[in-house]
Amino acid sequence: MTTTGTRAQSLPSTYVGARVGRKEDRRLLRGEGRFGHDVQRPRMLHARVVRSGIAHGRLVSIDATEAKQLPGVVDVVTGADLPRPLRIPVRLKVQDVDLTEYLQPILPTEEVRYVGEPIAVVLAEDAYVAEDAAELVVVDIDELPVVLDTTGPADDVTIAADFTMSYGRVADAFDAADHITSLTFDIGRHSAVPMEPRTLVADPVGPGELEIFGSTKVPVFNRRVLAEMLGLDDERIRMHAVDAGGGFGVRGEFYPEDFLIPWLALRNRRPVSWAEDRQEHLVSVNHSRQQRHRLSVALKKNGEILGLRADVIQDNGAYARTHGIIVPELTIAMLPGPYRVPAYHARARVALSHKTPCGTYRGPGRFEGTAAREQLLDKAAAELGIDRVELRRTNLLVPTELPHARELGTLGTDMVIDEGDFPGLFQAALDRATRLGWPDAVTAGRRDGRVMGLGVAMFMEKSGLGPYESADAEMTRTGRVRVYSGGTSLGQGIETALAQIAADVIPVGIDRIDVVNGDTAEQPFGTGSWASRSTVVAGNAVRAACQEVADRLIELAGRLLEAPPDELLLDDTGVRHKTDAGKRCSYSELSAAAGPASPHLRPDEQPGLRRRARFTVDHMTYPYGAHIALVEIDPGTGNVQVHGYLVVYEVGVAVNPTLIEGQLYGGMAQGIGGALLEEFRYDDAGQPQSATFMDYLLPTACEVPRLDVLVLADHPARTNPLGVRGAGEGGLTAAGGCLASAVRDALGSLPGVRPDITRLPITPAEILARIGSGTPATDRPG
Amino acid sequence: MRDLHLITTEVNGTQHELVVESRRTLADMLREDLGLTGTHLGCEHGICGACTVLLDGEPVRACLVFGVQADGKQVRTVEDLADGEQLSPLQQAFSKHHALQCGFCTPGFLMLAESYLASRPAADKTEIREVVASNLCRCTGYQGIVDAIHEVATAQQAGPVQP
Repeated sequence: MTTTGTRAQSLPSTYVGARVGRKEDRRLLRGEGRFGHDVQRPRMLHARVVRSGIAHGRLVSIDATEAKQLPGVVDVVTGADLPRPLRIPVRLKVQDVDLTEYLQPILPTEEVRYVGEPIAVVLAEDAYVAEDAAELVVVDIDELPVVLDTTGPADDVTIAADFTMSYGRVADAFDAADHITSLTFDIGRHSAVPMEPRTLVADPVGPGELEIFGSTKVPVFNRRVLAEMLGLDDERIRMHAVDAGGGFGVRGEFYPEDFLIPWLALRNRRPVSWAEDRQEHLVSVNHSRQQRHRLSVALKKNGEILGLRADVIQDNGAYARTHGIIVPELTIAMLPGPYRVPAYHARARVALSHKTPCGTYRGPGRFEGTAAREQLLDKAAAELGIDRVELRRTNLLVPTELPHARELGTLGTDMVIDEGDFPGLFQAALDRATRLGWPDAVTAGRRDGRVMGLGVAMFMEKSGLGPYESADAEMTRTGRVRVYSGGTSLGQGIETALAQIAADVIPVGIDRIDVVNGDTAEQPFGTGSWASRSTVVAGNAVRAACQEVADRLIELAGRLLEAPPDELLLDDTGVRHKTDAGKRCSYSELSAAAGPASPHLRPDEQPGLRRRARFTVDHMTYPYGAHIALVEIDPGTGNVQVHGYLVVYEVGVAVNPTLIEGQLYGGMAQGIGGALLEEFRYDDAGQPQSATFMDYLLPTACEVPRLDVLVLADHPARTNPLGVRGAGEGGLTAAGGCLASAVRDALGSLPGVRPDITRLPITPAEILARIGSGTPATDRPG
Repeated sequence: MRDLHLITTEVNGTQHELVVESRRTLADMLREDLGLTGTHLGCEHGICGACTVLLDGEPVRACLVFGVQADGKQVRTVEDLADGEQLSPLQQAFSKHHALQCGFCTPGFLMLAESYLASRPAADKTEIREVVASNLCRCTGYQGIVDAIHEVATAQQAGPVQP
């Protein structure tokens, strides 16, 4: 199936596959969304975190005397006040790497390791007073030397993890090669930067009982961590996932504040609200991406890849956070991508520095690895004198080679690349770009003296990580279906996608389906929304739970109507006989029939029409795609203008093509940001230089061109009954590689310019330096 | 010492008398004192535009305006766009064109577009893109936002729609 920009006009025969409007939209458009900071409670206190202004130093003293005297201040706490030294555990353990000694403390007592590290918290009756008081906390720190370059001499740098992955005979491949191409490729430090900063409200609703609003992403996991730290049963904490203003990996992980705010609420027996400001967000939320990749590829004369070597150093910042070493792990596991790589050896090292610690950001490891690999292939093609498209075609795995078990593991699962047609999709992308007129535009532009180029990149994604997800479904008294899912709503439209899946099983119509996500009391086993897994694992769990409810409805109706189940079916208002129109019972009658006092219920039967199901999966599924971009370089300013951007992406089954396109559009914009604009920079003392939106540059509508997408659903995934693959990250995955390729192509059209791209983001200064060296006559501003 | 002021302001057609501290932002006044939480704070330094509201019809960053500056003036927020249950043309177009995902920046874009289309009813896509560039969205790639605003502009040019 191929989608275009048109929307379905009539009611769909199945909801899965239809462009139904989002259930989320109405409340969000009316300003009726409920975000964490919208929650207010009587007698609510406001927290403000005091953060280190020094990148590395010994904590000498913290004096809160003056802060405590300010009228309205209720409490000031430091590391010394915590019940015991607490560190935040790793959520995703891989490679059996023990990171215990590098974990982040809730509050440090001896040493600070990055600017932005929480040192103390002030509680006040009013948020303005809390900020005033935080300014009055006097922190004395003895400065220590800082490490900012993790690619320097190893004795300066702490290596928290060092691991390898390999298969095949790599040394032999390099010995047998006709040609070897090598490239060192750096990616700058980026973060997701969702528009809503982090927020939390913790309400102590009873002694040792908490309700928490705002922990949207992995609420069940975070509840477990918090409960263990507080010494409480998980069940005494109820986390409500609320609307979240974007996630992209960083929001909703367990940060120091996720302990501090609930703990302060219990300690003061009052609700506590906390919302970070943007400056805090940019120095304290998970950073990501910063890696150096040293790659070599062994090739035959005809461009055939014989082997690949990779050496990756990740600058992980000051501490190991909840994702541990998952980013470099995914980088090297996914680096061969959709290509036939007979032999592979990769080493990854996780280095610590005095910067904000890192986690994942949309497309973790794949954005980085794809950028480095695709630029390596462009360089190899140029060195061999082969067209870069042909080089890729030569090496893409073909359908008859799939499923392809690659002798690698990641995220604790073996890698089995399932169904697909990589060359077919690549051709579809090239054809689309040709129809859009992009190759002609480059030819014509260059004839007119313009510096233009086309970028091409292929990628393989991963999605649908197990091991399980659970869901409940319930038929209500009024004939509505309630679905309780462990997914969480981060703007991706999961509420609508899950309702579509449910509506195909219980045909009451999507408007009569209510989806409740991420409430730990309703779905205590939910594993949250991350890693492009929700539609795959939560979707299949919802389908299974709805099927159980449907079966139960048929069974009960069979008793009421005295008919065998195989003669009955569900319709929009109840269960009816397939041929005898007079035999039917409504959902409200069935709800009553399932009640505890019902004569239709057998003594050993559970009352109610709510059922819980679990979906488990051993292997991930691997969506894939291609990016193509049309760019123009302004030789006067060094600015790279993206004139056109295309993503073609295979998703197996498109539950809602509009939502998938939306995910791709957003990813493409973030990719343009990551490739050309965004970077956290530090000065020599480790002071962040990108702590406002004046310095950390997000793309605006003027940097993002008209976007073009082609969603393919030709190869349903074999790993799940719905056949779906995740779509959250593919818009971003190859953007670094594609824009590096486009800029390389444009620079290569200039005589004497060194075109290889070795670093993202590609800044105007870098472009000007290249052009300056190539064409001395260029008139450019200083 | 708190520096308090008694102000009178009309918000979404309703008159309010409020006592506000001089440093209290219009955004905090709307969200916390009046419970109008549709106005969102994304950066508090005037870049992201999530908090855009209309002050006497002009779009302003509610994080950079003090509550006292609304004294004697009219404020419109996202809560005022729909007519009862009926979404405004812009709200409908945003939904139709998938111009929102997380919805956090959406009220700011809606209010920006509301005032822009009032002054430039026949805006073309290039102009719309330039105006939209004054606010930040991290989800949509701006595609749907530009399309939605353009559709409303086109409908306005075509004249009032007959019911």
